[in-house]
Amino acid sequence: MQKLGLTALIFHAIFVIFILAPLVMVVAVSFTDKGYLSLPTDGLSLRWFYAILDNPDFIDAFWMSLWLAFISASIAVIISVPAALAIARHKFPGRDTISAFLLSPLMIPHLVLGVAFLQFYSSIGLGGSFFGLAAAHVILITPYSLRLALASATGLSTDAENAALTLGASKFTVFRRITLPLILPGVAGGWILAFITSFDELTMSVFVASPATQTLPVKMYHHITQTIDPLIASISTVLIVLTFIVMLILDRFYGLDKIFIGKG
Amino acid sequence: MSTSQVKKVPYLLTTPGVLFFALLLGAPMVMTFLLSLHSYDFNTGIQTDWTIANYIEVLGDPYFQKIFARTFGLSLLVTVICILIGVPEAYVLSRLSSKWRSIFLLIVLGPLLISVVVRTLGWALFFGGNGVLTMISQALGFGDEPVSLMFTFTGMTIALVHVLVPFMVISVWASLQKIDPQSEDAGLSLGASKMTVLRRITLPQAMPGILSGSIIVFALTASAFATPAIIGGRRLKVVATAAYDEYLSTLNWPLGAAIAVILLLANILIIVSYNKVIERRFANIFE
Repeated sequence: MQKLGLTALIFHAIFVIFILAPLVMVVAVSFTDKGYLSLPTDGLSLRWFYAILDNPDFIDAFWMSLWLAFISASIAVIISVPAALAIARHKFPGRDTISAFLLSPLMIPHLVLGVAFLQFYSSIGLGGSFFGLAAAHVILITPYSLRLALASATGLSTDAENAALTLGASKFTVFRRITLPLILPGVAGGWILAFITSFDELTMSVFVASPATQTLPVKMYHHITQTIDPLIASISTVLIVLTFIVMLILDRFYGLDKIFIGKG
Repeated sequence: MSTSQVKKVPYLLTTPGVLFFALLLGAPMVMTFLLSLHSYDFNTGIQTDWTIANYIEVLGDPYFQKIFARTFGLSLLVTVICILIGVPEAYVLSRLSSKWRSIFLLIVLGPLLISVVVRTLGWALFFGGNGVLTMISQALGFGDEPVSLMFTFTGMTIALVHVLVPFMVISVWASLQKIDPQSEDAGLSLGASKMTVLRRITLPQAMPGILSGSIIVFALTASAFATPAIIGGRRLKVVATAAYDEYLSTLNWPLGAAIAVILLLANILIIVSYNKVIERRFANIFE
């Protein structure tokens, strides 16, 4: 293996600074003691973090996003686990078509999904409903959980299952006690990735969410297009910290690179 | 188990997903396509006629042509910059010791988990008239005028490169991992210079990763909404923000639907033709 030269290391340092700069900027601004956007040059202040507590709109939007992501990631997993088992372990006519169909939202820009759901829901009277928003999110995130479930179900040996069946276990018991534990890492990873994707989603939700079902990214987006103030920076800082904790957990158990290869 | 029973199982298992998708993805997409074939009247709303006038307007009107050209140019520029900085970074990452590599992978990939609104906000703070950019330029003695990259093409490009370059790094990194390090050592021991090894051995093997990274970055830039909306604003519309305005400001849904359909078709065309290229040119690498 070749060693890295000085030029390569300098490039690397600049790249890392480029990646971190905007995040550091957000965190720095959130600690300002001024009433306007500025860097905390006269000392750190937590006033803009306390200010979050005076804005229940944002806190409501946060809970809405959390609840929405929880519900839709769970439904996505319930849909994708049986589908992954069928696709990974059976050969049947139409297999590739079904697999492509369930992965197809990856190829559709979120904007297109957003306008399609906007029209569909308003024509069937579900416009602005939580149900509609959750269903749209399920469509969007199912490919992520399906892909991780597929990866863990592919090449799984059927020996243990056959043994259990021979010994008289019911099919459901075999699934619960043998198959599920074997694919659980992939399923759990898929749930987390689906959860994060739903929690962060903006472009589609902008069209589907109503004032009553506004998610945090949508609320933040509308706020930023009106005004950029230290409040939005302190909210973002809280999000950065929370995401960082989730990221460490994910990396610990799966490796971030494995989760992201092919995401997009 | 009889044969017919075996064959039923996979269909039963996929039914919930397929039904859910047919109803909640198929129907909305078909409706959007049909909507794009209706005309719109500003007094009476959506008409019941069938016409391709919306497509003619979107593809023929210089106003929309400019928006499509801007989006295409932006996607191309962002992709090229992502290649120029993402490929070397992936190479550096692959050469680090495993301890440093896992730390820097976390730094480079972590932002993908943070909402794009937050990441764009960071650049908006840099770019604003009273932002850090102004302070830096004043400190360096470039005069006292505030420097603002808000609502500029440059600002939009920088922010989008930041948002999307992790996809390039991860995809190149994945293909670099598959390279047998001995092939590089063989080149070196046979007298090739480091540069030649890089150019003739490493780079060709990384090519599939560079291509797939490019396609992801290009497609995501072409349909990006949040970053162009916040940094570019109303002054520098791209396809996604133009469709947003047709739907939520002008309320000309059929025209917006036509823009959305064109965006979708362009997206699918890029991805499918890319897959064809990959299958043909790199068949030997994927074996």
